[in-house]
Amino acid sequence: MRIEYHIEGGDFSSGGSASSAVRKTLKQFNIAPLLVRRIAVVLYEAEMNVVAHAYHGTMTVDIRPTGIHVVIEDSGPGIEDIDKAMEEGFSTATDEVRQMGFGAGMGLPNIRKNCDEMKLTSTPGEGTRLEIQVNF
Amino acid sequence: MNIERVNEIVEGTLLFAPDAACSCESAFASDLMSDVLRYYMENTILITGLCTLQTIRTAEISNIPCIVFARGKQVSDPMLQLAKENGIAIIESGLTLFEVSGRLYQHGLKSVQEYLHSKKEEDRQR
Repeated sequence: MRIEYHIEGGDFSSGGSASSAVRKTLKQFNIAPLLVRRIAVVLYEAEMNVVAHAYHGTMTVDIRPTGIHVVIEDSGPGIEDIDKAMEEGFSTATDEVRQMGFGAGMGLPNIRKNCDEMKLTSTPGEGTRLEIQVNF
Repeated sequence: MNIERVNEIVEGTLLFAPDAACSCESAFASDLMSDVLRYYMENTILITGLCTLQTIRTAEISNIPCIVFARGKQVSDPMLQLAKENGIAIIESGLTLFEVSGRLYQHGLKSVQEYLHSKKEEDRQR
């Protein structure tokens, strides 16, 4: 089962709606609630990163019998230093993002903690690609 | 503790309570949603002064059944709508975050578990 969602940069009112839709889909399957929560947190953090930092992006979700595979790709400023971005507490978020309760530099470390596989690549000035896998 | 009792303790206004009975065992107080996403939130009340749509969305993603907005924050119509769609109880209270937290703690609500523990629980469920 493959679903693709569009994510608009800067649209904080709709931010999280793609993750919410995936969460609702997963709840219909016989998956442990805490596993659904873990996947939802990973997707929400990734989606809010696109909303907070990029111009626009897509979230492609592939639900397989063995797990969920998700690719989040955006057009945006990209990440200059990925190792630095993975550090807890490091953030380049704007004041607007911080006023929404995000931008504390916890997103990427939290994604890494909650998924089974994570691959982050970025070209500064072009965009970022995040590929994650959570096994059922 | 049920939602009505929580509302009484925090001298709140219950704006919405889902039909399904919900019993909360713990609470977490934070204005930082990034931190909410780091902890195990089953049957947990979120106490916050951050009054935005993303507060509701964060609660939905984290399986939080009830939010207490402290410091007299007023919930907007779109926020209430999103809470209703997701079955999240909404309480407004004029008390501070400290006082809401203190009163609920005094009445037996516990702190949340580190998410590390919940992963073990998840493995048990498999």
